[in-house]
Amino acid sequence: MRIACTVNGRARVAQDVWEGASLLSVLREHLDLSGSKNACEQGECGSCSVYLDGQLVCACLVLGAQAQGREVMTVEGLAVTDILHPVQEAFLEAGAVQCGFCTPGLVVATHDLLTRLPQPTIMEIREALAGNICRCTGYAKIIDAVHLAAKRMPPKRSLPLQGAGNSLPLPEEGAGGGGAKR
Amino acid sequence: MKPRLAAHAAVSGRVGDSPRRADGPQKVRGEFPYSSDLSVDGMLWGSTVRSPHPYARIVAIDATEALAMPGVLAVLTHQDVPGSKVYGLEIQDQPVLAIDLVRYWGEAVALVAADHPERARRAAEKVFVDYEVLKPLTDPELALTDAAPLLHAGGNITRLVKIRRGDQSARADMVVSGEFEIGMQDQAPLGPESGLAVPDGAGGVDLYLATQWLHVDRDQLAEILALPPQKVRLTMAGVGGAFGAREDLSMQAHACMLALHTGRPVKMSYSRPESFVGHVHRHPGKLKYEHGATRDGKLVYVKARVLLDGGAYASSSTAVIANACCFAVGPYECPNATIDGWVVYTNNPPCGAMRGFGSVQNCYAHEAQMDRLAAALGMDPVELRRLNAMRTGSHLITGQTVEGPAPVAELLDRVKKMPLPPPLDAGRLDLTQMPGGVSNTTHGEGVRRGVGYAVGFKNVGYSEGFDDYSTATVRLFVVSGRPRAEVHTAAAEVGQGLVTVQAQIAGTELGVSDVVVLEADTQVGSAGSSSASRQTYITGGAVKAACEAVRDRVLVLARSELGRSAAARLEGDAIVSAAGEVIITLGTLLGDEVIEETREFRPRRTRRLDPETGQSDAHLQYAFAAHRAVVDVDTELGLVKVVELATAQDVGRAINPQAVEGQLEGGAAQGLGLAVMEEIQIKDGVIRNASFTDYLIPTILDMPPLRMDVLELGDPHSPYGLKGVGEPPTISSGPAIVAAIRAATGRPITRVPVRPHDIVST
Repeated sequence: MRIACTVNGRARVAQDVWEGASLLSVLREHLDLSGSKNACEQGECGSCSVYLDGQLVCACLVLGAQAQGREVMTVEGLAVTDILHPVQEAFLEAGAVQCGFCTPGLVVATHDLLTRLPQPTIMEIREALAGNICRCTGYAKIIDAVHLAAKRMPPKRSLPLQGAGNSLPLPEEGAGGGGAKR
Repeated sequence: MKPRLAAHAAVSGRVGDSPRRADGPQKVRGEFPYSSDLSVDGMLWGSTVRSPHPYARIVAIDATEALAMPGVLAVLTHQDVPGSKVYGLEIQDQPVLAIDLVRYWGEAVALVAADHPERARRAAEKVFVDYEVLKPLTDPELALTDAAPLLHAGGNITRLVKIRRGDQSARADMVVSGEFEIGMQDQAPLGPESGLAVPDGAGGVDLYLATQWLHVDRDQLAEILALPPQKVRLTMAGVGGAFGAREDLSMQAHACMLALHTGRPVKMSYSRPESFVGHVHRHPGKLKYEHGATRDGKLVYVKARVLLDGGAYASSSTAVIANACCFAVGPYECPNATIDGWVVYTNNPPCGAMRGFGSVQNCYAHEAQMDRLAAALGMDPVELRRLNAMRTGSHLITGQTVEGPAPVAELLDRVKKMPLPPPLDAGRLDLTQMPGGVSNTTHGEGVRRGVGYAVGFKNVGYSEGFDDYSTATVRLFVVSGRPRAEVHTAAAEVGQGLVTVQAQIAGTELGVSDVVVLEADTQVGSAGSSSASRQTYITGGAVKAACEAVRDRVLVLARSELGRSAAARLEGDAIVSAAGEVIITLGTLLGDEVIEETREFRPRRTRRLDPETGQSDAHLQYAFAAHRAVVDVDTELGLVKVVELATAQDVGRAINPQAVEGQLEGGAAQGLGLAVMEEIQIKDGVIRNASFTDYLIPTILDMPPLRMDVLELGDPHSPYGLKGVGEPPTISSGPAIVAAIRAATGRPITRVPVRPHDIVST
């Protein structure tokens, strides 16, 4: 099977994809984008969180074929230059990274949260990130990182994003097939 | 052929700073190459055939159909193991691939290599194994009796530890007793067991993997593969958490066997369900205690019987049971003790190392007992603990004198003095703050608040005479006119921040602001494992020693170049006088010269426990922490919300304060998990919840705020005065939560994790 889609603003084609492959395996095994992680492959841990047409999804719950003709943004698409995205910078500075296996998913989920809610309360942070498991940090420094990123995120229109990220629509009921995190 | 590996950023922080992690930029970008991310052209994928029975005899293995499938290149069984067919950290009892028997559900029986992961997985299903199913031994109590089948030639008792201290027939005015049960916890590191084996074409192999100890893997692999150690080269890839789960071999030997057999690179990466059988777990335990005390609360004696279920193979069980016994009484002075601890073989999943390593199980028991004793005496539970608190100069029940700071009473005082969270506001309903949360299970009716305390301790470093050392090579040279230090060790960065800490130590000792830590591999001497809270102490000590040797040579060079011998030190990329004036920059002094030194660091030796009395100087250092927990319990539905945790811990010296806090926070989360959420459910030897859907790990909604008080009291024997940090947060956090649940409900609660029916059953 062949899948053509836009990933991080670039047109990409995955060749010889097994029909049963998830979007996560297409990204990891065919497009050399291993930033999205394979911790549970069951939609429980959020380590593979990506945007599909602007909606936050677990890539492990999306069939690869569903990405045909659509726009995907992964953690690798957040920093467009050598300069880290404010969310990435905040995770680093706050000490929210230990083993780091959950970090890509949390960075993407935090990006989604702050795009929707620029100044979230602690409870809004907890609710938004409840689908992302971290086994190392106990989450305190992740909450710190989200607050720090909220202070530093530029206004929405000037987010340094590519492709799908430029016009992030709010999630719609029933949109996008499987894998929606909310 | 080499996969892309991590590139650590240079670090410029000093000891006591919290510089950004050397591996951080790659991690936040999603560019850090974990062991499951590795790939090279033409690689094959390995898959494992696993036993569907906890105990069975293998009658025959038929791989004909699997081998005939397209894309399948090899199917291997125990007959293909080139060297030693068994391995193990302490006792070589575990088959690389099952030989005649399988002893646990999920045991590896055969291997498949294919050109696609899905083909490998499907071919594994077509390897037909004919089993004669046997009745599994799943009750550790039964394992102690003659009625049990003999699972290993040496008997079913892996180790019996006896500790006899003081008067064995001591009596006391006040006696309390209790029996406690601990469930099996999974380390659940997010990164799966994975790696890439690349044959070198000359009979050797390179393995890129995630492990806690490269050299112990290397030595075991050399025996299994029948190769000299220099032909088995290991390099650390990114490690997605460990917590004890990566001390034993998982896919290492299998990937190397497939690679050497096919002559092609082979990658293996476990799924989450496979990971649950791919590593050992925390030992479940049954603990029976009797405490005797005077009427004014001084401990007279403790008697304990500890039984840990080691599962099918020994792993590190012999060391875990030693800890469970040595620290059975907790950090208290107790003149008389009688402790018997068994760890036994069963057909349950193998158990071994997990953060806390034997001190977690016993802390639930000794802290519950201290609360019972306080209640029986009508004393405040914290006051009773203070009264019996261990201090510098106290003796363990093994007879060893406690040297260095032992601030048990102070830690308790500190957590007790921290402000309490406000009470539940009955006038303002906020479901998110209720047990059961937005499930809308209560509006406050039946909700009771409880506060509980616990304190615990354990050993830092290896015990009982095990040779504890680490090796570091440090190189100082000039790049573009500025000095750079390179640090090379085999120490495993598992997330704790060790790479950054090594750089901070080198930066401090050499006074340079550009320190790069090379990737860990077996081209340098052993670092020992990233376990036992030991790496900052032991590998940190090795890096410090190697830097001191480099510094000595730099100063000798400076004296010979400058012709004077003024007292001087290295600071700010230069040699400076005692008054702080720059004598010469390192760039000028070194020029093209490269100064390299390698040092091993060994702390003082420890000794074996006496087999009859357990009396011995068996341990190197102790780390202490205390916790206070505040919980709200829906006493009608049995739901628990942990409202707040507070902790105080002596870390000796915080080499990296931010990383220390991360250990305290993350360790408390794993303690909370065992207390109220996490248990591997086993029925007749079969794991029933091998997924993150069914095995519940604390989420950001489950983890309450944590108040922290970090003490830096300085150990006179360790580098910079530091103490191991990683494990104490996981020891007393859970027992404090269970104490708080008891306080809220008035129920004895003798089993963890606490389940709703433990709270509501009549």
